[in-house]
Formats: sequence, C-alpha cells, structure tokens
Amino acid sequence: MAGFDGTRPIFLQLAEMLEEGIISGAFPEEGQIPSITEYSAALKINPATALKGINILVDEGLVYKKRGVGMFVAAGAREKLLQRRREGFYAGRLLPAVKEARSLGLSLAELQELTARAYAEKE
Amino acid sequence: MAIELKGVTKRYGATAALDDVSVSFGGGVIYGLLGANGAGKTTMMNVITNRIYADSGEVLIDGERAPGNDRALGRVYMMAEANLFPDSMKVEGALKLTRSFYPTFDMDYARAAARRFELPLKKKVKSLSTGYASIFRLTLALAAGTPYVIFDEPVLGLDAQHRDMFYRLLMERAAETGQTVILSTHLIQEAASLISHAVIIHSGRILRDAPVEELTGAAYQVSGPASLVDAYCAGRRVLNVNALGGLKTACVEGEPEDTAPAGLEIAGMDLQDYFISLMNEADRRETK
Repeated sequence: MAGFDGTRPIFLQLAEMLEEGIISGAFPEEGQIPSITEYSAALKINPATALKGINILVDEGLVYKKRGVGMFVAAGAREKLLQRRREGFYAGRLLPAVKEARSLGLSLAELQELTARAYAEKE
Repeated sequence: MAIELKGVTKRYGATAALDDVSVSFGGGVIYGLLGANGAGKTTMMNVITNRIYADSGEVLIDGERAPGNDRALGRVYMMAEANLFPDSMKVEGALKLTRSFYPTFDMDYARAAARRFELPLKKKVKSLSTGYASIFRLTLALAAGTPYVIFDEPVLGLDAQHRDMFYRLLMERAAETGQTVILSTHLIQEAASLISHAVIIHSGRILRDAPVEELTGAAYQVSGPASLVDAYCAGRRVLNVNALGGLKTACVEGEPEDTAPAGLEIAGMDLQDYFISLMNEADRRETK
C-alpha cells in the first residue's frame, strides 16, 4: 500500500488518493468506496484523519453517504474531477515544466519537439 | 468526559519525574505520548492508573477523583508491562480472568484477535515467547473495551510483521469503538499516522500538547549555503541547525513563505523531524 509523505497532512493525501481512484475508474460512479474503518485499518491511519479526508470529497459532492449502507461515488464525479485537473494543468504542471526546460537551456522549438514525441508515445 | 491531570507533581528524590503537569485526554482521540526515555511518560501513565501516587495535584476520570476509586479506574485499561497471571494459567483462562475485572471486556473480539495474531489460546501464558507474550498483552488491551486504553511502548519485542498487524487492529478497533487511546512510544515514525494529537514531554514537563497537523504545519526546514541560511534565520525562532560542509539545514518554527528566497530550499517537516528538533532545542536550553 502506498506510503504517506509525513510532511503533508495525511487527510489531503487520502483525498487525492481517492480522487485518483475515481479518475482511474478503480472507484466507478455509483460504486461503493471503503468505509472509514477499512481505510484506517488498511492504510494504518487515524480514523478521524480518514473521515476528514473522505469528507473533502463529500463536501465537493463527489462522494455521498447512504445512511446505514456506506459511501458511494456520485454520478458525474469523474468528469468533474477531470475538468478540475485540466484547469489546474497549466499552472500546476506545464508552467513548472517550461521553467525547468528554460533553466536547462531548451529552446521553445526543442520543447515543442519533445512534447510531440511524448504525445506520440504509447501509454 | 476525559482523563484530566491537574498540576500533578511526582518526585523521586531531587528529581521531578512529573513537574506540575496539567493535561487532558478524551473525546475518542488517539494520543501519542512522546518523549525520550526518562522524560516521565511511564510515570504519567502510572499516576493515571493509580499504580503510583502523585505528591501533589489531582487526577480526574470523567470528573471523578481517581485514586482509590475503583469505578473510575475501571474505565481505564493499561496494557500490562509484565505478565501478572499465575504460572499455570492458560491464555484462555487469562482472558476470562481479565473479563472478571473489566465487565466491558469483549471475549468474542479477544478470540478473533488471538486468531489473527495466531496466539494459541490453549498455551500457558508463562510459556509464551517474548514476542507472543507482547501479543498476548496487546490482545487483552485491544479487547478491554474500556472508554480509555493506554499502551506503554506496545510494540517492544515485536517483529515488523506483528507491529504492522497491531497497528491495523488498533486503528480498526478505535474506529469501531470510539475509545480514547493513549499510545506512548519512541517509534514516532511508525506512530505518526496513527495518532492525531501529540503530547510531547521532556524532563517531566509538557513541551507541546496539540494536534499533529498543527505541530508539523508550524515548522519547516530551510537548507542552502551556510551564509544564506544564517541570514535567513536571523530574527526567526530556530529549533535546530545541522551543517554539512558549506551547507546548512535549519528547522524553523512559523509559517514558511510561499516561495523560497533565492538560493534556499524550503521543505516541510514530519513529526519525527519536528520531535528531534524540539528535543535538541530543549536539551540545549537545559544545559545553558
């Protein structure tokens, strides 16, 4: 099981992990996600921390609770997350990559060529 | 509803093992009681459970004075440090004996936990290996079902696999029962994700008493060329500095800037780094 980075709040890392699971399809829409107890035991994390992490997704309407049954991924959650990731891609991923490329002395043309090559790679 | 210590002092000769300590534990929180050997952790837990008397101050359990109060003390289970059962007693018998003292003791849970640990119920307690004797005591504490459970260095003598299993069972049990747990340990790295609140004790005094995220979020590390780090640290609250050749890393209390000053790198701190920095600073202050 993935370890946590002790320098960042664990509840945020758990929320990210859950988002990742929704995007990848590991947690399909309308499918049930593990309970607080299951998360706590499997990841060896404090139950209050697990609750705090999952509640981030509940507050954003990505996960909903069915009383007495458990927690489920909301319809449309995946598209919502993908849209948010697309919006964050420029500032969060592309700008730092371009900054790094510049500091390595890569020209725009070279970077474009690399991007085209990366795009052509199979997943 | 809480265990409360109010101005508790316990002296051994000239040394104060606990020096005017006030702290409370409750709310279904999992606490880490952290401190070096001899800091006063065990003394604190022994005072709570009435194994030793405080010289002054008081201990309240859910508002009731604890010393000599069996009803109040029955709400607290402390994992035994030694095996106190008769030599001929089998594991199963010890479970039953514990239930006779603690009505909240969950026999079904104890059997299930023993199965998961592969702890043989028919074996004599006395003949268990060191590791299994620890597992046996952990099983009793996990099953106790009291509102407060105290573990003093629970994983001493356990191999990595059994420590892992204990941590999982503890998290599962705490999630299901909502018990307040006090986990005293020097294995901070392993406990960091299990606890949500840290009580850090040093030379019999409480140094910090706060949620883990608050502690680690209020300190950071700055590293880079020594002269730049020194300039950066001027006027700030520095816990600890490490030098390696011309490079320095300083642990600083406070909120870091969003972007690091030129030539410096800023990184977060985990609980163990924070603890070590805090201890180094406290030791320095003491020797001054």
